[in-house]
Amino acid sequence: MSFPFYVSPEQVMTEKADYARKGIGRGRSSVTLEYAEGVLLMAENPSSLSKIGEIYDRIAFAGVGKFSEFDQLRKIGVRFADVKGYAYSRDDVRARALANAYSQAMGDVFTRELKPLEVEVIVAEVGDDSLAGHEKNTIYRVQFDGSISDHQGFCVIGGAAEELMNFLKDQFRTALPLREALQLGRTALQRAAEGQPRVGPENLEACVLERSRAGRKFHRLSADVLRELLGS
Amino acid sequence: MQVPSKYQGSSFTELLSTDHEHLVPDLSRLVPGDPRIRIPEGTTVLALKYSDGVVVAGDRLATEGHRVASRDVQKVYATDQYSVIAIAGAAGPAIEMARLMRIELEHYEKIEGEALELDGKANKLSQMIRANLPAAMQGLVVVPLFAGYDRRRKQGRLWKFDVTGGRYEETDFEATGSGGLYARESIKKAHKAGLAREDGLRIAVEALVDAADEDRATGGIDVLRGIFPIVSFCSSRGVERAADAEIEQVYRQILAARPGGVQG
Repeated sequence: MSFPFYVSPEQVMTEKADYARKGIGRGRSSVTLEYAEGVLLMAENPSSLSKIGEIYDRIAFAGVGKFSEFDQLRKIGVRFADVKGYAYSRDDVRARALANAYSQAMGDVFTRELKPLEVEVIVAEVGDDSLAGHEKNTIYRVQFDGSISDHQGFCVIGGAAEELMNFLKDQFRTALPLREALQLGRTALQRAAEGQPRVGPENLEACVLERSRAGRKFHRLSADVLRELLGS
Repeated sequence: MQVPSKYQGSSFTELLSTDHEHLVPDLSRLVPGDPRIRIPEGTTVLALKYSDGVVVAGDRLATEGHRVASRDVQKVYATDQYSVIAIAGAAGPAIEMARLMRIELEHYEKIEGEALELDGKANKLSQMIRANLPAAMQGLVVVPLFAGYDRRRKQGRLWKFDVTGGRYEETDFEATGSGGLYARESIKKAHKAGLAREDGLRIAVEALVDAADEDRATGGIDVLRGIFPIVSFCSSRGVERAADAEIEQVYRQILAARPGGVQG
């Protein structure tokens, strides 16, 4: 004899959310900071698989959680941006539209699919001094259920996000030079990795959106540059 | 946003034809030989090797039959940090191809996390020219030159193409477009291996001057309006464009060296 069983929507959602949080919590965190010359994105990452990527001229992406899932989102973002830039103009590709698209897509998966995405992403855009109304940097965070928020100055995603956000709230200052922003980011990641070996330049991934660059502003900081700036 | 989009690869042109067909340039309904339709033509472009890499240059004139369509059209485009495309033929499709090529290379680099090798880039351009074959059969021929700095081989390289996408690597120099023949003859007389940067620039500018002298569709150097050819250098430092002032100076030296003078 089979029992027809009923599960309340509340319970389904709560359990899905718990499942997603658990998955994200297992991975390492990623920090995004505004600094004097633009936006800095950092992640603790000992592997050669990138967690941070270029989306478009002024837009970068960072993801945490399950690699295959956020890398798929990154590629979707590149396709979205390149098609939009081809159909309209390069200046029409903006972080807000992309963050909204992510929010829609991730929210859709959360409500429709059995398994939610175990990822959180950041979409960061460096301001453009020559484009009126777009001088400021923007940072969007999109969570596994599609909830979206914008942040000023800094944002952290990943398992230790809450704790590190509180830490950065006290420590962050505007217009830090790159070296200090990197050090602050590393200190934050170090706190998340408590009990693990030191977060050195060799297991750090860091990229910048540099305001003064012409055209594509995304730039990956090499291990040598990181070593020089972080001093070990 | 389609999630996931149907297309999962790393080519932008394939992404367009799979998921965004309305954005694919389609010229199939153009009637060949219709006298009401005049398409501007780009004229002379050239590429030649020098000690650090390749010099690529193009004049600025676009013509519609015997008329000037534009005096300052751009025919030399950086497709990424280390490569350049120079276009001749039907201006509309050619400029679009240069734009698509740039997006294609950037798209691949972003999706894959690393740039294509120079051979891969040239091959991709072959495919794009082949895809343009139906339009070429209707008279919209696009025959670009492609050049770049090969970071693996540590040297400059250049290719010419035919309408079927045939790809031919040239060892020293090449020129194409309506004045291409004259430009090539001019380069042939002066070119040798291991040219210094300033010699490369002089030979490129002189070839365009010679082409403009013989071919009415090639724009010379327009000192009156201040319109100069575009000359780009591809080397290990990336793509650098020569300043107008530098080109003007070279041009005046070329004129001074010719006893009878030449049209300017």
